Amino acid sequence: MTVSNTTTRTGAAGLSAAPARPTGRRWVARAAGLLGLLPFLAYTGLFLAAPVVMVVVGAFQDNDGAFTTDNVTTAVSDQYGRAFVTSIELSALTAVVGAVLGAVLAQAVLSRRPDGVLRKAVTSASGVLANFGGVQLAFAFIATLGSIGIVTKALAAVGLDIYQGGFTLFGFTGIAIVYIYFQVPLMLIVFTPALEGMREQWREAAENLGATRWQYWRHVAGPVLLPPFLASLLLLFANSLSAFATAEALTNGIIGLVPIQIGALVSGNVVADQQNLGKALGLGMVIVVGLVMAVYYRIQRRTARWLG
Amino acid sequence: MSTQRRRAARWPVIVLVVAGLYFLLPMVASLEFSLRDVHNTHSFAAWGRLLSYPGLLDTLFTSLWVAFGTVALTLLLMVPTVSWVHLRRPKLKRFVEGISLLPLVIPPIVLVNGVLVVFQDAPEIVNGTPLILVFEYVILALPFTYRTLDAGLSAIPLATLVEAARGLGASWPVVLLRVVLPNIRTAVLGAALLNLALVMGEYTLSSILLMQTFPVWMVSTGRTDAGVSVAVSLLSLLIVFVLLFLLSIVSGRRTRELRPFTPSAS
Repeated sequence: MTVSNTTTRTGAAGLSAAPARPTGRRWVARAAGLLGLLPFLAYTGLFLAAPVVMVVVGAFQDNDGAFTTDNVTTAVSDQYGRAFVTSIELSALTAVVGAVLGAVLAQAVLSRRPDGVLRKAVTSASGVLANFGGVQLAFAFIATLGSIGIVTKALAAVGLDIYQGGFTLFGFTGIAIVYIYFQVPLMLIVFTPALEGMREQWREAAENLGATRWQYWRHVAGPVLLPPFLASLLLLFANSLSAFATAEALTNGIIGLVPIQIGALVSGNVVADQQNLGKALGLGMVIVVGLVMAVYYRIQRRTARWLG
Repeated sequence: MSTQRRRAARWPVIVLVVAGLYFLLPMVASLEFSLRDVHNTHSFAAWGRLLSYPGLLDTLFTSLWVAFGTVALTLLLMVPTVSWVHLRRPKLKRFVEGISLLPLVIPPIVLVNGVLVVFQDAPEIVNGTPLILVFEYVILALPFTYRTLDAGLSAIPLATLVEAARGLGASWPVVLLRVVLPNIRTAVLGAALLNLALVMGEYTLSSILLMQTFPVWMVSTGRTDAGVSVAVSLLSLLIVFVLLFLLSIVSGRRTRELRPFTPSAS
């Protein structure tokens, strides 16, 4: 999937870069132009493309290197198939909640002065929480909602023992809560540019034509903001699907999520010599994330027309 | 009208206060947790244990040199590449951007799978030391790096600057080092900081490749002494936050001075 993705992209760019006039001097100029890209292409080829190709190839090989589809079949059945379902459910849930809360928060933040301290602090904090701290957030939540966390103890003190009631930070609900904590800041980062692109003139024009607040949102702002909102939602989905560190640190690798199972297979924790099954699972993830991101880029390109 | 406006101004404040409390809660909880001592007392015991804790300084040092290696290699590779594309082959922009954004589509746990295969027979110096992390973190950081440098280069009159320098007889390396680089220093600083933050928090690759980095140490220590890990993770979150916050103040000031009407780079 990724491979075909790369080649189509390469093909498209190659076409657009070469208005078909194959005179000798043009070819020389083109070659010289690509020369400057050579280090970049060589580097990404070795450290990005080659590993991905090996995953795709390995997904269809048995331990002796012969062709097989067993890995791929196993990867979608039983516990592994269920892991895909769980991962997708978790990602959908945290993406929707994160996107809605993040969008509201982004609008609230934009109402403050652009060069104010609050805006800068929120931007920096979002950057930290969304990109930096998978492991760190796991520990922060152990301190908050773990079995002896401050909130757990406070709730127990008022007679509400959540762990008695079946809650655990180390299961689906707990992980979802932690994921939402980094999904909201990510939404803030990716959705703010869209909100900033909304022109004040549109609101004024609507008001002059007698539109109410609701009508403005229903017929002007809503339709313009819907595509970037959906695009951001998809990005959040992909982000959650790929996340490994938080769930691993929280559960010691015992929850049935796809990244966690790949990790266990690769490090040979469960059964030895199942690395290629791990690659098949990886291929499945790349396909899911690739599809999601393909839709994302399509929407994003259309959005650029209005909010660019 | 005035009541409507006042009402419109009130809800953001409520949202901000609620969100602020929500986001601060785990940080406050971490602080309280790290200060806990036996029998419901509080002390600085966990913080006091930190420096003498086996492995902390070693792994922190490893992560720091990986971070600086990543930053150096990223800038060495990407500043010339993105400048080149801007100057000589603007039509290839989409292509380079497409490749640079690919790491967003490939989950790190999948990438590391392939890395294990590709470099299993590589020399010891590559796959037996954190050097392999440097190489791969440059890849993981590509989406941020590209966007930051691209925004930085789009905001300056690059062609004019370079033509002037070339016209005065400067060689390409001199142009890059003494004309381009100083003009995009905020973007370079931003890219460097994002790289640094990524490396100091990256767990997937280093744990699967069995490298003893700072996040790996944090997880393994957390299994026996949660107080120390909570303290360290709070500290590292705070440090990265302060760095990014300072950067946003510096860059905000620069954009205001130079180009008052440009919307902030996104």
